[in-house]
Parts: sequence; C-alpha cells; structure tokens
Amino acid sequence: MQGQHIVPVKTYVGVFVALILLAALTTALAYVPMGIGNTVAALAIAVAKMALVALFFMHMRYDKGLTRIVIIAGLMWLAIMITLTASDEFTRHWSPIPSNWGPAISMPQKQ
Amino acid sequence: MSETAATNAHPGLLEKQFESLQTQHEARKLGMWIFLATEVMFFGGVLTAYTLYREMYLPGFVQGSHFLEVTWGAVNTGVLILSSLTMALAVRSAQVGARKLVTLGFLGITMLLGAAFLAIKFIFEWRHDYVEHLVPGIDFTYAGPHPAHVQLFFCFYFFLTGLHALHLIIGIGILAVLCLMAWRGRFSPQYYSSLEVAGLYWHFVDIVWIFLFPLLYLIGGR
Amino acid sequence: MSVDVAELSTRSCVHYLNASYGIKSWLLTTDHKRIGLLYLVSITFMFLVGAGAAALMRLQLLEPYGAIVQPETYNKLFSIHGIIMVFFFLIPSIPAVLGNFLVPLMIGAKDVAFPKLNLLSWYIFVLGSLFTLYCVIFGGVDTGWTFYTPFSSMYSNTHVLAAALGIFVTGFSSILTGLNFIVTIHRMRAPGMTWFRLPLFIWSIYATSIIFVLGTPVLAITLFLLTLERVLHVGIFDPAVGGDPLLFQHLFWFYSHPAVYIMVLPAMGVVSELVAAYSRKRIYGYSFVAFSSLAIAFISFLVWGHHMFVSGQSIYAGLVFSLMSFLVAIPSAIKVFNWTATLYKGSISYDAPMLYALGFIGLFTMGGLTGLFLASLATDVHLNGTYFVVAHFHYIMVGGAVMGFMGGIHFWWPKITGRLYPDKWARLAALIIFAGFNLTFFPQFMLGYLGMPRRYAVYPAQFQVLNVMSTAGATILGIGYMIPLIYLLWSMRYGPVAGPNPWRAKGLEWQTPSPPPEENFEETPIVTEEAYSYASVPPEKSRV
Repeated sequence: MQGQHIVPVKTYVGVFVALILLAALTTALAYVPMGIGNTVAALAIAVAKMALVALFFMHMRYDKGLTRIVIIAGLMWLAIMITLTASDEFTRHWSPIPSNWGPAISMPQKQ
Repeated sequence: MSETAATNAHPGLLEKQFESLQTQHEARKLGMWIFLATEVMFFGGVLTAYTLYREMYLPGFVQGSHFLEVTWGAVNTGVLILSSLTMALAVRSAQVGARKLVTLGFLGITMLLGAAFLAIKFIFEWRHDYVEHLVPGIDFTYAGPHPAHVQLFFCFYFFLTGLHALHLIIGIGILAVLCLMAWRGRFSPQYYSSLEVAGLYWHFVDIVWIFLFPLLYLIGGR
Repeated sequence: MSVDVAELSTRSCVHYLNASYGIKSWLLTTDHKRIGLLYLVSITFMFLVGAGAAALMRLQLLEPYGAIVQPETYNKLFSIHGIIMVFFFLIPSIPAVLGNFLVPLMIGAKDVAFPKLNLLSWYIFVLGSLFTLYCVIFGGVDTGWTFYTPFSSMYSNTHVLAAALGIFVTGFSSILTGLNFIVTIHRMRAPGMTWFRLPLFIWSIYATSIIFVLGTPVLAITLFLLTLERVLHVGIFDPAVGGDPLLFQHLFWFYSHPAVYIMVLPAMGVVSELVAAYSRKRIYGYSFVAFSSLAIAFISFLVWGHHMFVSGQSIYAGLVFSLMSFLVAIPSAIKVFNWTATLYKGSISYDAPMLYALGFIGLFTMGGLTGLFLASLATDVHLNGTYFVVAHFHYIMVGGAVMGFMGGIHFWWPKITGRLYPDKWARLAALIIFAGFNLTFFPQFMLGYLGMPRRYAVYPAQFQVLNVMSTAGATILGIGYMIPLIYLLWSMRYGPVAGPNPWRAKGLEWQTPSPPPEENFEETPIVTEEAYSYASVPPEKSRV
C-alpha cells in the first residue's frame, strides 16, 4: 500500500524506553514535596508520554494533517469544558452573599 | 503483492462503497481517530468533575490517594506501556508481511499484558480496598479526617478505573477477534486496517491510564 | 456532467425500494437509503407519542385550575414531551432521515463510509426508544427533560433510570451517525467535488456531526454519573456531602446547548437548498453560509451557562456566557441575510417546500431575536422559567427545525419514493401549520412576559385567554401535521410517478433516477460545476 510509513523497530523500542523512564520519573517526583509543582510536573510528564504514544505508536507523526486536527479538536473541547466550568465554580465566592439572606451556604473555597 | 492482486486473492476485503483499499484504510483510520475524540470527551466529563472536586477538597483527596499503593499503580503503568509496544509491533509485523505466527505472537502477548493489568487491578487493588472498607455505596467506613471528601475521592477512583478497565476488557475482546483473523491469514501488507485501527484504540486506553496514574495515585506528593 | 435526464427514466426499473423484498431485507439492510426510511418510521412514531403528551398538557391548560390531570401527572407529561421530542424526534430527524438518505447521493458516493455501523446506529436508536417507552408506559418520569439534581438523583419517585438509560443508549446512535458522516464527507466525495462545490446541506450536516461527536459523549457520561448517584447515593451531586448540584447542570448543558444547534443546523442546510431551488439562483455568499455553519458549531459549545444565569452560577461566568451567546447569533444572522439576498430578484415559486422554507426564515428570526432577550443577563432574570423561554425555543425548534424537516421531506419526497404528492393539499397544510403554530406560540411570549411560569399545571385566572388561544392554535397545528401524514402515505401508492428531477433542481441527487438504484449512480459522477449553477436552466412554471 503506498504511503504507509513503516516505523523501524528501533524507534518503537526507543519510545518504549522513554515512556518507562518518564513513568519512573513521575513516580519518583511524587516523593519530592514541591507543592503545586507536583501536579504541574505530573501533568507535564503525562502530556509528554501521551505525545510519544500518539506520535509514534499511533503513527500520528507520519499521518495526514486531518488526524492531528481531530485529536487537537478533542483535547481543545475538553479544555473548553474544564475551563468554563471551572470559571463558574471558582469565581462564585467572588460575589459575597448579601448579609440579610440567612446563613451563608456557599461552596467550600479552594484550599 | 499489488493492490489489485490482494483484492483478487481475498475478494471480501474491499467494501463496495470504497473506490480502493487505500481509501478504505484511510477512512477506517479516520473513523477510529474520531471515535477516540469522542472517548476523550466521554472520560472528559468525569475528569471535569474530578478536577473541580480535587481543587475544592484537596486535603480529602490527598488522604484518599494515600490509601492507594503506588507500587501497583507504577507496575500497571509499565505493563500497559509494554503492551502498547507489543501492539505496535503486531501492526508492524503485518505491514512488513511477517509470518502470521509473528503477528499472532505479538497480539497474544498484548492480550496477556492486558489481562495482567486487570488481574493486578481487580485482585490486588480493588479487593484490598474492599477489605479496607473503602468502597462508596457498597461498604464505606472511614474514621479519619474529611470523610465526605475521601468518599468522593473513592467514588472517582472506582469510577475512573472501572471505566478504564471496561475499555480494556473490550480491547482484549477485540484483540481476540484479531487473533482469529490473523490465524486465518487475513493480514498482509496490503490489508491490515483492522489491526491498525484496533491498535489506535489500544494505545488510547494506554494514554488514559498514563493520565489516571498520576491523577489518582500521586496527588499532593507522598 | 450532463446526463440525459429523459433517458434515465426509461432505464431499468430496479431501484433501492424494489431491489429486494421481505422484512429481513429491510431489517438487515446496509443501504443508507433504506436506513433513512427506517429512521423515518421510528421518529414519526416517537413524534406521535410526544405530541400526545403535548395535547394533554394543552387540554389541562385550557382552564386555570384544569381537572384533566393531576399536577404530578402534568409533571410527567412535560418531562416525557421534552425527552421524546428532543432526543427521539428532533435530534435524529433531519440528520438520520434526510442526512442518511442524501449525503452519499449529494457527494456522488455509493453509500456512507461504514454502512453496517449505520444500521447498528438505527438499532441502538430503537433500543433507546424502547427503554423510554417502558418509562412512559410504566409510570413516566417527572424531573423535566433536564433531570436537574438533587431532585432526579435523590428525591424523585419516578422512572428516572429508565429514561436516563434510554437517552444514554440513543446517544450512541447519534455519535456513530456523526462519525459516519464526517468520514464519508472527508473521504468519499466524487472526483471534482471539492469542498466549495458541496451543497450547503452537506456543510450543515458536517457541522452538526462535529457537535454529535464532541458533545454527545458528555451527556452520556453525565447521565451515567446521575445513575450512579441515584443507585449508590455516593454524593457526587449531593450538597450535604460536598457535592455540587450545579456541576450536573454544567455537564448536562455542555451537551444540551449544542444539541439545540444539532436540531437547527440541518434545518438551515435544508433551507439553503430550498431557497436556491425555488429562487432559481445561487445562494448569495456561499462561503459565508458554509463558514457560518462551522462557526455556529464551534461557538455553540461556549454558551451553555446561559441556561444557568439564575441557578447560583457565578456572575462573572454569567458575563462570559452572555457575551458568547450574543456572538453565536451573528453567524445565524449572516445566514438569514444571505438567504434574503438570494431571494431578492430571484425567480420565486411558492411550492410547498418553499412555503416551509420561507416560514423557517421568518420564524427562526423571531426565535433567534427572542433568544437575545434571554441572553441578556438582566432580562433573563425576569424571563427565565417563564413561558417566554418556552415560546422562544418552540419558535426555533418547531417554527424552525420542524418546518425545515417538513420542507425537506416534501422537496426530496419524489427522489425518495419516486412519486409526487398532491400539490394543493401540501400548500394548504403548510399554511395551516404556519397559522396554527403562530397561534399556539405567540401568546406564550406574552404569557411569559406577563409572568406565567413554565412547567405549572395551574395558573392565575388572568392568563386564561392567552392559554385558550394557545390551545386552539395547538389543535390547528395538530390538524396541520395530520394532513401531510395522510397525503404523503397516499402518494406512495396513488401519486403520479415523478421523473428524476421534477423540480429541475441542481445537485447530484437529481442526476439519478427517482427512486435511485441501490448503488446510487450507474457510473461515478464527475463534478465540473459549482453548486447551485442555476443561471443556465430556464425556470419552470410551478403547477397551479
């Protein structure tokens, strides 16, 4: 079949090793207290691993642009959903409840 | 073998709505990528809820996360990553026209690794949580701080890992069917779209776990 | 490509309807045309169930303290009406019936990309319908089609699970249909059919399919979470243990707002086809209309919070959602302007499909403008939860989407069945529907403005006159819908035989016999013309 790129075994194994190393890294970093840095690092590593799997194992690197658009669209829509929902949940307490409305029943604040 | 020869050798391969095996292959791949985008949104709904609650109740979620064994999570991560490698090699073996036993072998190892993941998850992790009375809705008793939030954490833990496990089980089923097809010699360098498409699905299940592991097991540092 | 249209009708009389007989050939078909008809039967049945619920509601509302049904039953009626009309009629209507039938024909393909998946979609739809019908028969559900928590998750004593399961299952039917269309449109266009030669109906189906695949999964998982909550009482939406009921609303409306665009975008696509055909002109600003479809699909995902302005949502989020809601009106308005410009100096004929298209343009505009009242935060405080909202969405969904569906069914009926329907009855029915519709729903704008709440079985006496008008209108509307049901069925046996192109319209679907052969085209067409290249074809006088 024309145009079907055949990825060398070495590349696959290389990606595998990189993934294992990143998994080890993320596990190790969890034991290093970095506050919010832990979450940021963990997510960054997860995104890197996802990129490796998608680009090489899923052949996205060698495919037409359309598959990239599809997966970027999926991720973008997920980002929209999380961001706009969060925009409500985390700005609710910006407007205080008027004092004559009875006991304050607001969502617990972000810690 | 040329494309026409392949179609002649296996007359059922090219569906009548497609003009060529190439178009058919491209269409099936695109179809699976779109399906994976829907899965992103499917898991995404739970992840949205999870993100919100984790931000609001971080201490409770940290508490809950500490009940999970990082070792098992890490081992499972390794198992799935290895299974992705063997799956990619299975697809590649058909691409290069290897003997069917090679493809079958890679598929079989992938299935075994998937089964290993499930065994670890169900037998070592979930059963342990059940014994520890940490299953919301069925048997949940917890005497420490933030009980409501720890329960919420475990809701998400079981729901997310359960949903993931369901997808994995379906994946193993699909691989079983592919093994049958491989055994019958259906795959060749001209026709391996089912393998590639199943591979995409399998890698996606791996990616979901790549996110679930840090999100559930490694919260707030240990 | 020029095909001798007269020659087509003298060729072999084997087509998709008579190529094989027997129930198995229909229930196991993978022909997109037959699947479209299977959907037509299913959604018409569901429409009748949903309409029955509406009839009972309007009867109840004839009197301020009506005695037709108990308030608890009324709650079940409006819930069932909403669930069935939204999920089991409007959402599948144009995409699953007209889309399935026409997409391959319009792009010059033999079928959709995944025909077996297409059939599976229909079976999934039927399964979901069965769960919902079970719910209807065995006691109903009273949460409203919106299933708000914590009522649905903790307090309702009705068949919430059956209804949620029915919708969950049917969602997968939508997802698979959308997936099928996207792949088909990308990969199976005939040679020469570039993106900008596609009919605008295809652009709108494509945009709709994007919403199908990216939005529906969220509804599925939300209903799944609701089910877990209801069965296991774990607290995801329960404030007493830290859950947030508003989270449900966010997740629910993330899908359900784009869902309303699933309902209207295909109708807009139909209107583009009808306006072009019956003005005998190219659509003015083709690329603007095409890009507007995509813009609507995208922006529709950014506005869902406008359903939650008074729910306790953050006012800052409300500001963002309000702004986005104003923005989403722009591409819709662009389309209305373009259709109007197309009509200008067009050679217009007032056949039944055109009457529906013109009705759409007017009624959709009214519905859309009233949506702006609701998008504005201050006015929404007063209008939310009143009949103003009910009137607004019925103007779009019935005055818009259903009219688009009816117009499309009439326009392509000769292609689908090979028969013509009686023209005078069709035009009469269109006018009756238009009149009945306005009499039903315009008073509801006034009722809402005056403060009558929605979802109430009783109301203060001063609202009675308007309610009686609305019920009278509903009766006329109901009669209006029955008329096409009768003559369309009649025409399948007794209608005059239609040639390949009775409307002398442009488009690949008219270049093949009516009804089409199983493989759609004898040879794959090669496209050399732009879409709607009408200038070269002299107009035909419409039959009087």
